[in-house]
Amino acid sequence: MKLLINGKTEPLKQTCISVSELLQVKNVEHPEAVSVQVNKEFVSRTDFDSTLLNDNDEVDFLYFMGGGTY
Amino acid sequence: MGLSESQTERYSRHIILKDIGVEGQEKLLNGKVLIIGTGGLGSPAALYLAAAGVGTIGLVDGDTVDLSNLQRQIIHFTPDLERPKVESAAEKINQINPDVTVNSHNKFAKAENILGLVMEYDFVIDGTDNFPAKFLINDACVMAEKPYSHGGILKFDGQTLTYKPGSACLRCVFEDLPPKNTVPTCSQAGVLGAVAGMLGTIQTAEAIKYITGVGNLLENRMLTFNALAMEFMTINIKRNSGCPVCGTTPVITELQDYEQPVCDLIQKKNPME
Repeated sequence: MKLLINGKTEPLKQTCISVSELLQVKNVEHPEAVSVQVNKEFVSRTDFDSTLLNDNDEVDFLYFMGGGTY
Repeated sequence: MGLSESQTERYSRHIILKDIGVEGQEKLLNGKVLIIGTGGLGSPAALYLAAAGVGTIGLVDGDTVDLSNLQRQIIHFTPDLERPKVESAAEKINQINPDVTVNSHNKFAKAENILGLVMEYDFVIDGTDNFPAKFLINDACVMAEKPYSHGGILKFDGQTLTYKPGSACLRCVFEDLPPKNTVPTCSQAGVLGAVAGMLGTIQTAEAIKYITGVGNLLENRMLTFNALAMEFMTINIKRNSGCPVCGTTPVITELQDYEQPVCDLIQKKNPME
C-alpha cells in the first residue's frame, strides 16, 4: 500500500496497518507525544489501535515542539 | 495622525509596499503586540517589531540574561549578563526606534496575570520555552478571543501556527501537555540559534500581517520546517469540535498553571515558579 505521510508518498509492504502500527513501523519516538491526522481529521489517541489506514490515505504526524528558549 | 518627515523616511521601505503604504504604517504605529518570553523567539520578534514601528510592545519575562542565552537570544548582549531580560530588551528597542513605547513586565506569565496582560494588546507572540506556558497562553488567548502566534523550536526544527478566534487552536492539535520526559527541551537537546531567528521572524511577520490586515495568516495550518534539509511544510489542520478549550463543550473554562516537569531544573530555574 501507499500512504501520503506528511506530504510525501511512502510505499509500505503491509496491506493493512493501524495508526499505532504505522507509528512503530516509522520508528516514531515517543508516539504518546505525537498527534495524528488521517485525511485531515485528528484521530483520538485512544483510537490509534483501531483506526486502520487504507491505500492512499493522507497521514500527518504532528510533533510537540516546546522550545522557544526564554 | 499623519507621519512626520522622519517617519516617512524611516518607514519608506514599508510605505512603498503597496500592501502596506502609509495607511499600513499608521496601523503599525497604533498597533500593540505582546511578546511573552524575550528569549530565542522573542528576541528577533522584539527587534523586528521595533524596527517596523509597532507603537506599543509589551515584554513579559521574569528571567535574567545568562551566558548560555547569547548564542541565540540576539536582543541581549554580553554586557547584559545577569540583567533582567525585559530591561535589556527594552533598552535595545528604545535604541532602535524611539517611536515605540515598551511596557516591561519583569515576571513570568501565570494564570493569575495573563488575561490582564493579553487584554491590553492586539496580538500576542508566544516566545516561551515550555509547554505549561504555551498551553496557558493558548487557553488565555482563546478565552480572551485574542489572536496569537504559537511557536516551538527544537534542534533544527521549528513549528508555528496562528490562532484567531474561530480557527484551530493549539489544543485542537495537541489536546494536552505531552507526558513527562517524552519531549526534550532545548537545553537538553540543543537548538540552532538561527532556527530561533527563523521561527521568531515568521511569527513577527504574522503579527505585522494581522495588524495591517494583509495576506493570509497561518490559520488552520501548521507550518513546520527542518533547517538541516531546509524543507518547509504546511499541514492543514481543522478546528476540533472536541477541543477541550475551544470545542463545542469546553472542559477548560478557567485558567490554571499547568504542571509539567521541566526536565532541566538543574540547569535553570523553573520559569513557572
